[in-house]
Amino acid sequence: MGTGGISVFAERKNQILVAGTAGETIQCDRPSLAGAVSQRACVFCGARVVLYPIADALHLVHGPIGCAAYTWDIRGALSSGPELHRQSFSTDMREREVIFGGEKKLEQSLLELIEKYQPKGAFVYSTCVAGVIGDDIDGICRKVEKVVGIPVIAVQSEGFKGNKRAGYSAACKALDRLVGTGDTTGISPLSINILGDFNLAGEIWLIRSYYEKMGLQVVANVTGDGRIDDIRRSHGAALNVVQCSGATMELARYMKEQHNVPFLRVSYFGIEDMAESLYSVARHFQDVDWKVMERARQIVSQELKDLVPEMKALKKRLQGKTAAVYVGGAFKAFSLIKAFRHLGMRVTLVGSQTGTEEDYREIQQVCDPGTVIVDDANPLELGAFLKDNDVDILVGGVKERPIAYKLGLGFCDHNHERKLALEGFLGMRNFAREVAATVESPVWKFVPRRIGRTTAGTALSTERKEP
Amino acid sequence: MVPSESTKPRQNWVSTANPCHQCRPLGAMVAFQGIEGCVPFLHGSQGCATYMRRYLISHFREPVDIASSSVSEKEAVWGGGPALRTGLRNVSEKYGATLVGVATTCLTETTGEDLGMLLHEWRKEIAENPLTVREPKIVTTPCPSYDGTHMDGFHAAVRSLTEQCAQTTAPHGKVAVFPGFVSPADLRHLREIFAAFELNPTLVPDYADRLDGPALAEAGSITEGGTTAEELASLPGSTAAIQMGKTLTDSLSGAAYLESQWQVPRRILGLPIGLRETDALFALLEELSGRETPRAWQAERGRLIDGFVDAHKYLSGRTAVVFGDEDLAIGLVAFLTEIGLKTTLVVSGGKSGKLAQGVERVTQSFLENPPRILSDADFRDMEDCLESQTADLFIGHSKGYKLTRRRDVPLVRVGFPLHDRFGGQRILHLGWRGALSLLDTIVNAVLEKRQDDSPVGYSYL
Ligand code: SF4
Ligand code: SF4
Repeated sequence: MGTGGISVFAERKNQILVAGTAGETIQCDRPSLAGAVSQRACVFCGARVVLYPIADALHLVHGPIGCAAYTWDIRGALSSGPELHRQSFSTDMREREVIFGGEKKLEQSLLELIEKYQPKGAFVYSTCVAGVIGDDIDGICRKVEKVVGIPVIAVQSEGFKGNKRAGYSAACKALDRLVGTGDTTGISPLSINILGDFNLAGEIWLIRSYYEKMGLQVVANVTGDGRIDDIRRSHGAALNVVQCSGATMELARYMKEQHNVPFLRVSYFGIEDMAESLYSVARHFQDVDWKVMERARQIVSQELKDLVPEMKALKKRLQGKTAAVYVGGAFKAFSLIKAFRHLGMRVTLVGSQTGTEEDYREIQQVCDPGTVIVDDANPLELGAFLKDNDVDILVGGVKERPIAYKLGLGFCDHNHERKLALEGFLGMRNFAREVAATVESPVWKFVPRRIGRTTAGTALSTERKEP
Repeated sequence: MVPSESTKPRQNWVSTANPCHQCRPLGAMVAFQGIEGCVPFLHGSQGCATYMRRYLISHFREPVDIASSSVSEKEAVWGGGPALRTGLRNVSEKYGATLVGVATTCLTETTGEDLGMLLHEWRKEIAENPLTVREPKIVTTPCPSYDGTHMDGFHAAVRSLTEQCAQTTAPHGKVAVFPGFVSPADLRHLREIFAAFELNPTLVPDYADRLDGPALAEAGSITEGGTTAEELASLPGSTAAIQMGKTLTDSLSGAAYLESQWQVPRRILGLPIGLRETDALFALLEELSGRETPRAWQAERGRLIDGFVDAHKYLSGRTAVVFGDEDLAIGLVAFLTEIGLKTTLVVSGGKSGKLAQGVERVTQSFLENPPRILSDADFRDMEDCLESQTADLFIGHSKGYKLTRRRDVPLVRVGFPLHDRFGGQRILHLGWRGALSLLDTIVNAVLEKRQDDSPVGYSYL
């Protein structure tokens, strides 16, 4: 099969395909290939992403210092109140613990930290080393829980047990232990939980405000700007609204099985998806209160009135430009393809770190023929693709940024570390502005990719005085 | 009087909060970036490699490739040999590595992987099933992170490179230089200084080009630059081995190895930060080259002292807190002491046991009360120690920002990691020139704060 001339690791052939070639499926969810510089992270990373935004919880990493050091405050998940999540706590395992076991140190650490910081709950993340030496983290957590009287929950996130998606699952299991333990009195029948939004750059505040304007009560944010006590009573909500590729899908399923809370899948990226999210939630409550839909329509039309003129203007400028998309979840890739269409731009590469087979099939359907689709790409492949296919912008995470910049391409950060709100109608505007800001910069006129290595192409004229 | 070195100053915390250092393999990965054609390789699980890449990329703003054997749960139990071998084959054949720098991680150290044996198996395998490319040199360095910081990992990798690459060589007149974990700008400046004495240095490592390189037309798999394999092999023929940094133990020093195994005379300097430590470097270079410091460079020293004089009143009586890697901290304290900024507290995540002694060496006869020293410490220890007491200025890396923000004190950013500023890879710390640019930054930080806090808003200061 043709992969646009990308040199592919033989073992990875089945993790790359081209849209429009019939009958092919992509192999995903395979462990990263040894020796390839994978962009993927570990189970612990996935679990951290989901649980980290719970701001009044203690997050304790049970392992050597690095795992905690590298995750200290790296996400842009904001809190409107307590900010305990922005500190980095670790048991900082040393040789002693590796040899004799780390349970005692874990127990002491938990006790001292809970006493000092008075959290509403605690999560203890297991790492590779903790897993290998066989510490009974769950046992310690239960023991400490009895003493301190707050939920103390072990997160089974040993890094080597899979990729980020396994971490989402570990996080959902941890959350499942909280849900159903709080008092649900006073919750309105017109109520929801927001799942799968992590309040990067304040996004959940935006989304929450839309729902509240529709007359809905938001019981719990899971987990952006999240609180332990809200999550404990979240089973009292009438509906779970789950965003994106699946970080919290598992929790939604648990809650349906155990507490009979139905769920809806939505996406807040892009105009149609955002509007459709509000409509589908409104439809759910149609029989309880028909006015919810009316309010949703009002919100959408008001927002569009503000947004459309600017989008039109930007589209004129960006028409015909091309983009490569490399993001964590396939669902997000989806929305991005649509968002670029609004700007008159075409996506020629789609990659994801954690897509499922189904995700990739869907992506294949919405893509233009010839679009390359990759699972778990490495820098070599990304670099080769970007060399052969001249795109104007790469959308990715911090790790992809230098690849784009080195090659003289525009870049937009669409990952957990971004500091710009990209969800909602406002997010669409931010995104469009961001794309324009990078694509239209004059600096691309000077990069070697466009003009070669000499000064010839760029030098301003030198004046010479005629004698 | 040697200042008292206390590890946990107030509370006896069991846990660590807001660490001031990174883990051991990270340092090794940086050092391996400084070798031509080298792919740094972590033998362990995938997550560590990805985290470290992200961490380094945010500082250097360059592509930083770190390969990993991606050890899975099964392999953690049954042995990571096969994963390591697949990985080595891939970096050789796909990336075209001519050298692979392999570091273990906590995981593979804990499961007790034996790198010597694994390499033996690797050789056996490629004898049976040859590579399609030339066999790369493989340098290994054990990196249990639960023992030591990123600085130990950095030095250990440098030592391993030296030990495992050195070959019998006739004297060739070059000077081996072990600069430690300094910035790409520092490395370039060192090259320039040595060239001024017509000395030919071999910097081990030299990541100036790979971690601060030019814009490219196309992506090669491994960026250009770095100490070459030939340079590493011929280290034993050097006329001298210069070790910068005094807190590392001999067992982690490449220069110590050249001295004990190959009788290359070793000279140990502090990191050449500020006037006096740089004077020591220039004195040594005068001695090694038999030349005087060239006029242009003497003028640079003169401008630095002129700057000292112009600045002194802005700084006099003010206090500073210094934190970060031990040798960097000692160099900074030396410099601050020269310009009349009184260091009250020095904090490091390192634990060589030599920090207090180093600070004493550079402050004696200047400071009445030596600064307090915290080693093997984190930012919570630092807060505990500071209590209500504060300083006019903090000097260190980005991770101290929260603390200084809460206290509304300026933070002058130096060293690594710099994740909240632009151009961290280009900060010059070393030499008289580095000192002068640090001086400008420090004085301006003080002035800016004064201006911002003043109700008047003078535009002359
Ligand atoms: S396991 Fe060890 S090597 Fe990996 S990130 Fe944690 S401390 Fe660093
Ligand atoms: S040790 Fe394991 S859990 Fe920690 S960063 Fe590495 S892969 Fe992830």
